[in-house]
Amino acid sequence: MSRAATLPRVLPGFGLSLGYTLSYLSLIVLIPLSAVFIRASELPLDAFWHAVTAPRVLASYRLSFGMALLAAAINTVFGLLLAWALVRYRFPGKKLVDALVDLPFALPTAVAGIALTALYAGNGWLGQYLEPLGIKVAFGPLGVLVALVFIGLPFVVRTVQPVLEDMETELEEAATSLGAHRWQTFRHVILPVLQPALMTGFALAFARGVGEYGSVIFIAGNIPMVSEITPLMIISKLEQYDYAGATAIASVMLVASFLLLLAINGLQAWQARRHGRSA
Amino acid sequence: MSIQVQNIQKAFGSFIALDNLSLDFPAGELVALLGPSGCGKTTLLRVIAGLEQADSGRVLLDGEDASDTHVRERQVGFVFQHYALFRHMTVFDNVAFGLRMKPRGQRPSEAEIKRKVHELLNLVQLDWLADRFPAQLSGGQRQRIALARALAVEPRVLLLDEPFGALDAKVRKELRRWLRRLHDELHITSIFVTHDQEEALEVADRVVLMNHGRVEQIGSPADVYHQPATPFVYGFLGAANRFEGSSSAGGIAVGASTLTGDAQPEHGKVVAFVRPHELDIILQPDASGIPARISRVLTLGALTRVELEGQADVAGQHFDVELHAANPLVAQLAAGQTVRLQPRQVRVFAQPDTAGAA
Repeated sequence: MSRAATLPRVLPGFGLSLGYTLSYLSLIVLIPLSAVFIRASELPLDAFWHAVTAPRVLASYRLSFGMALLAAAINTVFGLLLAWALVRYRFPGKKLVDALVDLPFALPTAVAGIALTALYAGNGWLGQYLEPLGIKVAFGPLGVLVALVFIGLPFVVRTVQPVLEDMETELEEAATSLGAHRWQTFRHVILPVLQPALMTGFALAFARGVGEYGSVIFIAGNIPMVSEITPLMIISKLEQYDYAGATAIASVMLVASFLLLLAINGLQAWQARRHGRSA
Repeated sequence: MSIQVQNIQKAFGSFIALDNLSLDFPAGELVALLGPSGCGKTTLLRVIAGLEQADSGRVLLDGEDASDTHVRERQVGFVFQHYALFRHMTVFDNVAFGLRMKPRGQRPSEAEIKRKVHELLNLVQLDWLADRFPAQLSGGQRQRIALARALAVEPRVLLLDEPFGALDAKVRKELRRWLRRLHDELHITSIFVTHDQEEALEVADRVVLMNHGRVEQIGSPADVYHQPATPFVYGFLGAANRFEGSSSAGGIAVGASTLTGDAQPEHGKVVAFVRPHELDIILQPDASGIPARISRVLTLGALTRVELEGQADVAGQHFDVELHAANPLVAQLAAGQTVRLQPRQVRVFAQPDTAGAA
């Protein structure tokens, strides 16, 4: 780093930009986050433990993290398909489809929640056919999954798309000319190149899913022990003026999310090393 | 293994890439497909490989119709201009790829794969790079690995698409010689595409000149260079001075002057070509020959290049003459001087309607 600071550069200002970066990050990210822990630490340990391990809260962790992981996994598969279709094929309305992918980004989440609920409720367009089959989407855990799949889609598509665009079709041609079948080509040639982007997309979709509130809260139905998400538990604590309890749960979420993202990053770094800085 | 293509037709939209093209590639030869960009040479190579489907026509491999055979089953080794190495695999894994993709029954054991890959890496003289990744290699090394990878599956044919196109001049020359030596060792039927006439003439047993989706001439490098069949071939295979005129009793009449030299008789309007080293400069301004004014005299190493502007009937045309730098005449030349040009050797073609010469 000292080398970077002393080497002559075309654009000067390493000291200034680093100082700015650190103070800005502290102001915007670190201070609010540390406030969570400081506030949570006001609780005595047994009260903290009680707050974060209440059965309702535990059920909400399972739902929030479980559904976010599942939704991110679904989005990884279908986001890859979508990105593939958008990059590799030309079809009428392609620009429109491309723009639609961003819609979950742009749409206010509450709107998405209402729209999905209207669609999947027992009297909704889709719900009226699904309910007789015994599939209850709205006002249940499945509703949470649907909402998280909806909002997480753009993350995977947008991270995979540029990598796919950069990938020469010659690689696939080389693989087939060497006798590889379609599945082998995909498995051994295409997937390894896309994997870092897929994992980034997965991590982003997951992170967004864990924290999502607006679109989920309406479709989830919020049945205690069944379809309550963790952010809702925080909100309900806040509404009872139990700020310390709310921050206790928040700190658990924070640590868990952080550890998961760290694990994904670590996995990526390990793979990049294994493949010789090729990504 | 011999390759034949019969009546191949291929269009991309309204652009005709291959126009009813038929060719025979005898077994064991190294053939160059030579032509300017857009002449259809790469498309032809891809059709032979099966990477591109012809609109009509047949590809015969060893006398058998392979038109409907998938690339996978054609057993062709294909080498791409930009290497197309798998970046996430080591050199070893790249070369082993084809062997590992074989169906379980035919797949050699890991030990056998290891032996085979090292043998190939030794063949391309890069065994010491087995554990590196493609990103850590130079362009020339990458292309040699790509070739080893293609050879690993023991292809019946080797197809190379501008294999040295992305390399710098020095490496290119080295690899050319190396490819020739490799072919002499392996004798595998090989076709390589290039737009570099020097490369084609130096490496190939046989050169196929292509233009606008058609074959202009096929022959040994010496044949096509010394007996070009068409004005296009003449112009493409080296620098050329072009004179338009008509055939007359004494030679070729170009305006008021007459080209003598070793001209073949043709009738009517003709185009005459003269290589720069076969054109003489005559200092006497009233001698017979084409009038021209010297615009530049350039000495580069052993050769002196004289650039001239045509005068009178050939005004506006440029001519090049090459002389040995040691030629006493060089000292007497200066820019602005008016001289006469007289060829020693002329190649005459009846005036075609296509102006294909460079």
